[in-house]
Amino acid sequence: MIKKIITLFLILIPLNSYALIEVDITRGNLDPLPLAVSPLSIDEKSRKSFEKALQKKNIGEEISSIVENNLNTSGLFNPISKEAFLQAPDIANLKPRFEDWSLIKAQALITGKVNYVDNKLRVEFRLWDVLAAKEMMALAFTTVPSNWRRVGHIISDKVYERLTGEKGYFDTRIIYVAEEGPKTQRIKKLAIMDQDGFNNKFLTLGNELVLTPRFNPASQMVTYLSYFKNLPRVYLLDIETGTQEVVGDFPGMTFAPRFSPDGKKIIMSFAKDGKSDIYTMDLENRIVEKITNHPSIDTSPSYSPDGKYITFNSDRSGYQQIYIMKSDGSNVKRISFGNGLYGTPVWSPRGDLIAFTKLHKGKFYIGVMRTDGKGERLLTENYYQEAPSWSPNGRVLIFYRETKTNDKGEGFSAKLWSIDLTGYNERQIKTPTDASDPSWSSLLSN
Amino acid sequence: MNRSIIISSVFHVMLIIVTAMSLPFLSKKPLDIPPIVSVELIQIAENTNVPFAPKAKKIIEKVKEKEKLVSEQAPPKKVKKTKTKTVVSPDQDNKKIENQTPEAIPLPDKTVKKIITKEENKQNPEKVDKEVKQVSEFEKKDLFDPNNIAALIDKSKEETAEVIKKNNDITQDQERNIENTGLTLSEEDALKAQIFGCWSIPLGLPYNENLLVRIKLKLKPDGSVTKTEILDHARMNKPGQGFYKVLAESALRAVKLCQPLRVPTTGYERWKELQLNFDAREMLEG
Repeated sequence: MIKKIITLFLILIPLNSYALIEVDITRGNLDPLPLAVSPLSIDEKSRKSFEKALQKKNIGEEISSIVENNLNTSGLFNPISKEAFLQAPDIANLKPRFEDWSLIKAQALITGKVNYVDNKLRVEFRLWDVLAAKEMMALAFTTVPSNWRRVGHIISDKVYERLTGEKGYFDTRIIYVAEEGPKTQRIKKLAIMDQDGFNNKFLTLGNELVLTPRFNPASQMVTYLSYFKNLPRVYLLDIETGTQEVVGDFPGMTFAPRFSPDGKKIIMSFAKDGKSDIYTMDLENRIVEKITNHPSIDTSPSYSPDGKYITFNSDRSGYQQIYIMKSDGSNVKRISFGNGLYGTPVWSPRGDLIAFTKLHKGKFYIGVMRTDGKGERLLTENYYQEAPSWSPNGRVLIFYRETKTNDKGEGFSAKLWSIDLTGYNERQIKTPTDASDPSWSSLLSN
Repeated sequence: MNRSIIISSVFHVMLIIVTAMSLPFLSKKPLDIPPIVSVELIQIAENTNVPFAPKAKKIIEKVKEKEKLVSEQAPPKKVKKTKTKTVVSPDQDNKKIENQTPEAIPLPDKTVKKIITKEENKQNPEKVDKEVKQVSEFEKKDLFDPNNIAALIDKSKEETAEVIKKNNDITQDQERNIENTGLTLSEEDALKAQIFGCWSIPLGLPYNENLLVRIKLKLKPDGSVTKTEILDHARMNKPGQGFYKVLAESALRAVKLCQPLRVPTTGYERWKELQLNFDAREMLEG
């Protein structure tokens, strides 16, 4: 009898249960995440010490404004105006009143403080999830006071990584060709700056023409092309030590040397025996190896991040198109099939996309396509623009854009621009002179 | 000997009677199998759907037992709810009912009279307007013209009514199915639209990865969330899945930002636990 009752009970239980209702959320808003960057708090003694050392009135505010600017330019975050803040920086750093921050619609909050300890700058910061009312991250950095801008960039990278799940790109530098003078007689110098345009420095004097500087993805080494007595010469320059060496003189037209992902080789194209092919050079033993052997013009080679493939452009089909091949030169495959001419392919550090310049009906486009050539997306269109270079996280491209001159030959300018993969976040990077051929470094803090 | 023959024959007769009685009963059994519920039931808003099912159930029961039908008939509660301020004189109203009912109800006079008396007793003649009368008239048609039930019910409910008619009954199982079908499309849409607005999708996610986060919620009747649980929690700590944590956090933020959720006003038992499947792939690929 008891068994029967239990059986009956067991049968009836599921009759009264309800299936769990599932609701699929496949859409959301792609608006930048609203976040508040509270000024880093600083005590009066430290503030005076930094004012004396750095000539900055409030170093806490300066660092927080670097973070705010970086996050804003990424296009993924929307820093809320400081005027809306309800809580003072020093109190917010101890214990944020989350109600106050959620009231101004902040979903994340950055607080922190700055101290002057033993002639050094000590910065600690915290990232808070306002809605969950919990701390997401807390870190402290100690460095020489003159490094304060880098601290701001490193904090930006940490916040970016914690909130997006991918590495940041703020603690990086950009090398480019600084241009001055009339268009017919340009003085071209090698220059380097932080990714936000600060700390600009010229690396060459402008006596010789410099072209296509490229960062080594594995170090702070740069390779570039310069003309010495009208002959193209490939150089290596160590940014940290300033030492420079000649890799070699190459015949005829030489183009765009670029490092392999491990930094041990450079790959470039040059004309030999009346045809332009792709070659690699081992930087240790200086052995040159021919990779392509085709009567057409093959130029602009770029390695995939795993070093197994190379993308390049070639006119072997009659028009300039993008191809990929194995790193030994086998299995050459055309991947671009759209209308127009395709050039300067660059493999993304993330490995998933290839950026390119496209010329179609008199206009230049910067675009990306998948490595099989599918999914072509044109991110920006202009009168003249080219030479895309990837940010180390493969999310942003930097390139240069030239403006049209008027009838009198005036109004020409060349400027650096960046655009992210959405195609919406396009920004000019301010440089003291005209600029071209930018190349983005890897993260300095790695 | 005779006695045992008698006993044997009595038992045999009893067996035959029992078999004869039980066989048709057994054969009827399959008719009582819970009917298949039309898929459309899920999509019809609960508010409009529910009144029809019990009503149809009542109607069919009453059709089956015509004697009880009249005595059980009563103006539905809804009639009172739809009362308006329009005041119609009792005389006019009664006249209208009397005038209309004989046309619509082809039944013996006795039944008609009973209905009329019921109407007079239960309805407040002072507050019945034209609309109300139409409803009551509609009810009567339902009752006395069983072949026409499906046509009388709103066209959108036509299939439902037919299913019910074919099966001749609404079982408890079917009622439960109606409740168990989850949220209606309109309820689901309201909830989705609310969360769409709250969910800031992290734009840096790798779009060629699995970007599905399943979150189970426990809700209060007012839609506020008492508990959230990430169902694939283990994935957060796997190497190379750092983006998943970011995605899960963004989904949790969306839930918190959206509180209280726009849940249906009824049927708390159904949705007191909800599972939200956040999938960013469509947005990031598109």
